[in-house]
Amino acid sequence: MLMTNIEEIPGKKIVEHYGLVTGSTVRAKHVGRDIMAGLKNLVGGELKGYTELLEDARRQARDRMVAQATELGANAIVNVRFNTSSIAQGASELYVYGTAVRVE
Amino acid sequence: MNDLLAIAIQVGVPLVLIVAALFIGTMLERKHYRSIDEREQTYGRIALLNGRHYPRNPAVAKSCFVSGSVVISYDYFKRFLAGLRMFFGGEVRSYVSLLDRGRREAILRMKEKCSDADLIVNLRIETSSISKGRKKNSPGTVEVFAYGTALWYSASGDG
Repeated sequence: MLMTNIEEIPGKKIVEHYGLVTGSTVRAKHVGRDIMAGLKNLVGGELKGYTELLEDARRQARDRMVAQATELGANAIVNVRFNTSSIAQGASELYVYGTAVRVE
Repeated sequence: MNDLLAIAIQVGVPLVLIVAALFIGTMLERKHYRSIDEREQTYGRIALLNGRHYPRNPAVAKSCFVSGSVVISYDYFKRFLAGLRMFFGGEVRSYVSLLDRGRREAILRMKEKCSDADLIVNLRIETSSISKGRKKNSPGTVEVFAYGTALWYSASGDG
């Protein structure tokens, strides 16, 4: 599956549009990571556990979008956008959307 | 005697934490900035554009979606400084440097995924607060996510 966040796939011609495809997931952090992060909070800097958690969640959201596009018969997604929103204390929603297309 | 001990603990513990955070936090920040500067030199070749338009000549051989992210948090000393700053108002400089580190790190991680690309177009940087601090008004953890479309002009690139 080709993906870009511009309106086209450079060097390829779009032959068909399938409309919007989306993927989302809501993730909560778990206690073990929270305790480690609490300690790391003292000296600041990167919280690797959280970085991994969000990367993982974002990949899942992306996979769901790709699955939807595949089902429609698309072979590329253009204009991909990401959105993160904190919906509750300690839980985030990761939302990704784009336009499914078929390119030659 | 017991009262004195209680006061000593109540004042002493946060003080020790602040001093420890000041030294360790500053050291870690310097180390991080050194590593950022080094890697920015390495990947300086890849141009970043935040518009959708890009040079079409020569023709683009390949394109790929790339992203990079980092979760960062404030140290105890900076939180203390910012707490004071909230009282007087004005720019909170200690937080500016932290967000700067986060953004540059996220961009570098994105570049590392396409180290042989020529150009990254439509770069977007998203910052979101993923958790709040324990106390009211105290900031928590921030995530920076950078994404864009990497372009290769010659067919040789296959990263």
